Amino acid sequence: MTQGGTTQPMEPSTAAPTSSGEPLVVVQDLVKYYPIFSGLFKRHIGDVRAVDGVSFVINKGEVFGLVGESGCGKSTLGRTLLRLLPQTSGSATISGEDIFAKRGKDLKQLRRRMQIIFQDPVGSLNPRMPVSDIIGEGLLAQADGTNQWKNRKTRDERVGEYLEVVGLRRDYARRYPHEFSGGQRQRIGIARALALSPDFVVCDEPVSALDVSIQSQILNLLLDLRREFGLTYLFIAHNLSVVQYISDRVGVMYLGKIAEMAPVERLYADPRHPYTVALLSAIPDADPRRRKRRLVLKGDVPSPANPPSGCRFHTRCWLRTQLGDPEICSTEEPALRDLGGEQFTACHFAERINPELIKVAAAGQSLVDTSDASDDAEPVSAAAPSA
Amino acid sequence: MTTEHRAPGGGTIEDIVAVPDNEVALESLSQWQLARRRFRKHRLALIGLFIFGFMVFLAVFGPLIVPFNPMFLPGAIKAGGDQPSLAHLFGTDANGRDVFAMTINGARISVAVGLFSMIIAGVAGVTVGAVAGYFGGWVDNVLMRVVDVLFAIPFLFIILVSSRFFGKGDVLSLVLIFGLLSWPLIARLVRASFLSLREADFVDAARAVGVGDRRIAFRHILPNALGPVIVAMTLLMASNIVLESFVSFLNFGISETQISWGNALANAQGALSFGDWWWAFFPGMAIALTVIAVNFVGDGLRDALDPRSRE
Ligand SMILES: Nc1ncnc2c1ncn2[C@@H]1O[C@H](COP(=O)(O)OP(=O)(O)O)[C@@H](O)[C@H]1O
Ligand code: SF4
Ligand SMILES: [Mg+2]
Repeated sequence: MTQGGTTQPMEPSTAAPTSSGEPLVVVQDLVKYYPIFSGLFKRHIGDVRAVDGVSFVINKGEVFGLVGESGCGKSTLGRTLLRLLPQTSGSATISGEDIFAKRGKDLKQLRRRMQIIFQDPVGSLNPRMPVSDIIGEGLLAQADGTNQWKNRKTRDERVGEYLEVVGLRRDYARRYPHEFSGGQRQRIGIARALALSPDFVVCDEPVSALDVSIQSQILNLLLDLRREFGLTYLFIAHNLSVVQYISDRVGVMYLGKIAEMAPVERLYADPRHPYTVALLSAIPDADPRRRKRRLVLKGDVPSPANPPSGCRFHTRCWLRTQLGDPEICSTEEPALRDLGGEQFTACHFAERINPELIKVAAAGQSLVDTSDASDDAEPVSAAAPSA
Repeated sequence: MTTEHRAPGGGTIEDIVAVPDNEVALESLSQWQLARRRFRKHRLALIGLFIFGFMVFLAVFGPLIVPFNPMFLPGAIKAGGDQPSLAHLFGTDANGRDVFAMTINGARISVAVGLFSMIIAGVAGVTVGAVAGYFGGWVDNVLMRVVDVLFAIPFLFIILVSSRFFGKGDVLSLVLIFGLLSWPLIARLVRASFLSLREADFVDAARAVGVGDRRIAFRHILPNALGPVIVAMTLLMASNIVLESFVSFLNFGISETQISWGNALANAQGALSFGDWWWAFFPGMAIALTVIAVNFVGDGLRDALDPRSRE
């Protein structure tokens, strides 16, 4: 820890919001558009603005949670950071090194430091490769004078080690992905990511596709590995309860932008963005006798190809309705501003949120039993269950 | 999600027991050994391979074992050719030519046309499709427009025109024409698979660890795209054997001075209506058997190359 608990004053969207700790990954104004082409001549007619100006810092050894509905740009953000997708604009550094400037050999070298774990345990493992190749391939690709990875024996030895690290047997190396259960496959994916000894790992919804009974095992494994190897995670989820369990700090994303960012306890105790409030109201309660009213957001998620003017959330915002539709919400985009205590929000009226108002907003809506244990659904009815 | 967020018991690994341990015996086998094992368990594919192997044998050695001269016309006893008998197992045609010898000797050209046109189509189609699908963008655009143009040209037209230019009955030109006209089909198929597979998570995972383009294309994408391509190639070979008989039937295929199953059938055009079935039956059966055999082999290959298919 190099700094105290205080945060630096910042200019919204020109500097990454800071927080205490030693920064590992610094992302500034990251933008990733997917161009839309149409017609015979493939004319460029617009863009899907999947990530539209995102800034944050991830500190060494920390788990930074990233939540938001499917389609809000979480995977795009993670993959752009890892140079799996070309960025549109903005910058990102890891330990001060410019991620987007690397080419050729340097890029390959950089890849050792940043890895990814995927959501889909089936799609993330090549069905025609034995586990030894799946995990060992990165070693082969990264073989050079500083290691012995050109040598098959050395590679296999290391593959075996990492299989054990993720709780699998060494002799599974010769098997094929279809011979494993979902949880085991996810472990193989984790071993592949860790075999290169990275510092930073993007976990893109690593438990969303797993049985509930397996989810906590994988989450605990990830936490154990973080401790053992001193890893830093960008942990993506569409579900706040998973993020609460694993994260130190959380960013809430909506339509390609960060709506709110805060240390995990703070975000859950005192959310300062109406979207966060809605997401939180959908978390199932551990106590089945306690029912609470769920703040169901109205309408569909707008298209990221044509986001709403002003505040992107204004078409669905309950707070705006409660406040009598102030004009500024649809005309002026709220910057991500510092509320103190490492909490940032992009809402003009963040200070007006209070329990009374939330109750009133939820009162108009039907009583939903949020204690359903099998509820992995997203808080907002319009969203698809997975990304 | 679990209602209990703070799950007890850090990282237990109960889910590991899901895999039984009785598969350990297989583990020392290489991928190719495994594929061969799976193929050998595929009964129809083995039968297909046996029949096709026999046809290839006939194609290579048939003319040596049962010599046949298409220009030797001894004449038949009956006007419509002689029925099958001990002297002529498959009967004779109107000119007294032995249908048995014709069928055996026809294998060479028919199998060659099918096999080599398939190889040409396969190599060209896989290469073009893979390049287009992997790189996308303008490369893809250019290559696919070429494919579109080739698709738009009617097959028969090319054959009719080229038989004028290159002389009718040239086996090599038939192989080239069939091959060059059928690769676009394979190219489209391969391209579509590449386009979707290059978005696969396992491809991103490989990229993330620093694997290069070439290895990604050959080790990750191609093996996963190959199944449908193998089936398409065997179908293509079968259809090109049939097509050869078809163009021969129209008298634009192999010349009368040579023999193929196709032109044997073509010669039988008129005979069938007089009830002289054997002229057409035996060469026709040879074609049908080969086509079916090749398709079985294709199915077997596809399954054998897929580690997910059961032992
Ligand atoms: N390859 C792509 N081409 C065009 N649009 C895409 C592509 N991938 C994702 N998108 C769009 O970008 C938005 C963000 O997607 P994604 O990053 O996958 O969201 P999330 O991971 O949060 O569910 C979505 O609207 C999605 O439809
Ligand atoms: S700025 Fe207005 S519309 Fe946006 S979240 Fe705040 S209250 Fe809602
Ligand atoms: Mg996603």
